[in-house]
Amino acid sequence: MSYDLIVIGTGPGGYVCAIRAAQLGLKVAVVEKRGAHGGTCLNVGCIPSKALLHASEMFEEAGHSFAKMGIGVSTPKLDLPTMLKFKDEAVDGNVKGVDYLLKKNKIDSVFGVGRITAPGKVEVTSADGKTQTLETKSIVIATGSAVAPLKGIEIDGKRVVTSDQAIALPQVPGHLLVVGAGVIGLELGSVWRRLGAKVTVVEFLDRILPGLDSEVGRQSQRLLEKQGLVFKLGSKVTGVDSAGKTLKAKIEPAKGGAAETIEADVVLVAIGRVPFTEGLGLEAAGVTKDNRGRVTVDAHYATSVPGIYAIGDVIAGPMLAHKAEDEGMAAAELIAGHAGHVNYDVIPNVVYTFPEIASVGKTEDELKEAGIAYNAGKFPFTANGRAKANQQTDGFVKILADAKTDRVLGVHIVGSDAGNMIAEAAVAMEFGASSEDIARTCHAHPTLPEAVKEAALAVAKRAIHM
Amino acid sequence: MTVSENDKAIVMAEIRVPTLGESVTEATIGKWFKKPGEAVAVDEPLVELETDKVTIEVPAPAAGVLSEIAAKDGETVGVGALLGQIKEGAGAPAKPAAVATAATPVKLAAPAPTADTPVAPSVRRIATETGVDPGAVAGSGKDGRVTKGDMMAAIERAASAPTPVAAPAAAVAVRAPSPADDASREERVKMSRLRQTIARRLKDAQNTAAMLTTFNEVDMSAVMAMRNQYKDLFEKKHGNKLGFMGFFVKACVQALKDIPAVNAEIDGTDLIYKNYYHVGIAVGTEKGLVVPVVRDADHLSLSQIEKAISDFGRRARDGALKIDEMQGGTFTITNGGVYGSLMSTPILNAPQSGILGMHKIQERPVAIGGKIEIRPMMYLALSYDHRIVDGREAVTFLVRVKELLEDPARIVLDL
Repeated sequence: MSYDLIVIGTGPGGYVCAIRAAQLGLKVAVVEKRGAHGGTCLNVGCIPSKALLHASEMFEEAGHSFAKMGIGVSTPKLDLPTMLKFKDEAVDGNVKGVDYLLKKNKIDSVFGVGRITAPGKVEVTSADGKTQTLETKSIVIATGSAVAPLKGIEIDGKRVVTSDQAIALPQVPGHLLVVGAGVIGLELGSVWRRLGAKVTVVEFLDRILPGLDSEVGRQSQRLLEKQGLVFKLGSKVTGVDSAGKTLKAKIEPAKGGAAETIEADVVLVAIGRVPFTEGLGLEAAGVTKDNRGRVTVDAHYATSVPGIYAIGDVIAGPMLAHKAEDEGMAAAELIAGHAGHVNYDVIPNVVYTFPEIASVGKTEDELKEAGIAYNAGKFPFTANGRAKANQQTDGFVKILADAKTDRVLGVHIVGSDAGNMIAEAAVAMEFGASSEDIARTCHAHPTLPEAVKEAALAVAKRAIHM
Repeated sequence: MTVSENDKAIVMAEIRVPTLGESVTEATIGKWFKKPGEAVAVDEPLVELETDKVTIEVPAPAAGVLSEIAAKDGETVGVGALLGQIKEGAGAPAKPAAVATAATPVKLAAPAPTADTPVAPSVRRIATETGVDPGAVAGSGKDGRVTKGDMMAAIERAASAPTPVAAPAAAVAVRAPSPADDASREERVKMSRLRQTIARRLKDAQNTAAMLTTFNEVDMSAVMAMRNQYKDLFEKKHGNKLGFMGFFVKACVQALKDIPAVNAEIDGTDLIYKNYYHVGIAVGTEKGLVVPVVRDADHLSLSQIEKAISDFGRRARDGALKIDEMQGGTFTITNGGVYGSLMSTPILNAPQSGILGMHKIQERPVAIGGKIEIRPMMYLALSYDHRIVDGREAVTFLVRVKELLEDPARIVLDL
């Protein structure tokens, strides 16, 4: 039989694309090599890491905060196998959810490695080596990304690991060396530190969380250091000697200079991710890629070959599940002959450390570089009633608004629940709101989002509670 | 990357309020000629807009199907505001549909804010404080919503514009109610924008200028004789009739050259003398008076002027004049004679300083060389702004016009 659309990959981009296309009346199949739907996000990324972040945060709360709240518990004991099972259940529940949604939308699931043999033809090789060729009018490549390798370091999956294994370490390492102070390194570093590991984070650049607002980076670094994370910035790991019982990592200053050796039980390589297109047959099909290995697409997600589209981590843009989802939705709509659109200026970004770090829109650094005049309004959670009640007063809300039009250009939040709070800012920005619009919108008391309103007031230098 | 072009896969074109000319910032939707769902050809008139100066038709920017009407009849819209959308459809050039398989009809979210779209709080605040109506401001936000920045820009524009947008509202006087007996026999009709503008501008001119009128009369014998002698030849050669207006325009241009103050205007504490001659010709239409402008009339031949005026007259009655054709006049001629007027005092077309009133040609006994003769006579009136034109200049101007018309050879000889 022939399909209208085959989506290769069932991560958040792929399965959303498939469901949207099915909603619009297309006959759709998905091809998945992993053996479970959901891609990196559900299986080894966002979801399992959030389960571990939640569980480890509870563990830390129980150990550090309960007593002062008058909750008497004996020192909490870590049962790692159960915690990992808790995480696996989260993954399992979400994967089953995707299975159900695909079935509900009458989408055929084909498990195996997909390869485009010609426009309109996808060959699927299943685990047992059998192949079948599916025919379709359109193909969407949604194969996502894989961990970026680090030159000179071999991943063994046991002691030198990527995030894929770092969500399932069988025991808490005595010393975890994290290479890369990006979102993945900080989140997983936080998990294992809470569970008892000593954690050192080595970063090539002289700041953590590159790309985020630099004030956010500085403040977050200070908060994470207070929790016990050790940062070695401006440094690079040039090799890991795994001959002995402990790993010996060679660290050099990024600018050059004397090397030092750091001993660690586990090294987590988290320097980023690269588009994954291996074995897809793109070269043979004539699908072009840019110099960073990303599939090139036009504004309609069409690749250089008619009938072949690409979305998510394999194309340019931030590697975020929600960005892939929105592109999947837009691509499906365009393929079905409708309008589809993603607003790349308003894509939120969240780091799920404690406190959380969330942002949407432009950073102060970007505005300065672009020479855009802006007003900044900042409000600390130390002045927010709810944060005080919870005794979780770390962090702040910062709103950047155009100096002339007052239009909100960027919002940056460091604080408990920042990831949820950023949604308000994204909606406001999508509608072209001014900081005054946020300031004049009633916010419930006592809540953390009141700090968003106060920051908006602060843009016009009229914050009430400061 | 950006995917903003995506929408074009479906929406062929947005219909927006065109630039309406200097100092015209808004228009009222007169009438939609097409209903949503109807096929339209490129350049086919879609909707009529009434502005302060003229009624214009907005043509379809592309062929397709009118999918959406964003501003209904009677609504006020700002320049650039979305009027509607044309989407691909019957009559449109078929776009090579890549792999579109589902034949589901295209549905689009409402592209422009409707009357019940909530207004952002900052916009509400500014509207209350300044009186600027957000409905009259073109929105740059999602689906055409008005943002705080749009409001601030509108206020800035209004501050620098010569006529504030909100001014006419202030002039509205409320009338005392009629006795019940009479009230039922009255008809209340909303003033069209054109009528409101005419009212405001005429009153502005009266309030601003030190206006008075001087009269003279002209013996039309010579012009009429010339016209009778050459009208057939003229029509044969130039394709349009030889009327009187060409003579009057020519005569006025020469008189204006002699008396520059009548072709000048006041700007603050400065006088601006214009060394070009754009002569406005008042044309009555069903909806009101419009004044198309014959540009650089001093460079045009009499036949070219005649041609331009007859073209203006025809298009004025069809409502097909463009805004820019009615702007920039330096002097105006109005002809009350076509309705039978013997004498009148025209009101200036501000900021101009002079307007010539033509009247009915009537055979009257006049004394010529001591004898009474019957001559085709016309009274001439020149209303002028005494702030800039002296009485001597005004009278001289009118005498010059009279001399040129009574002896058209002077026009040729530049005497």
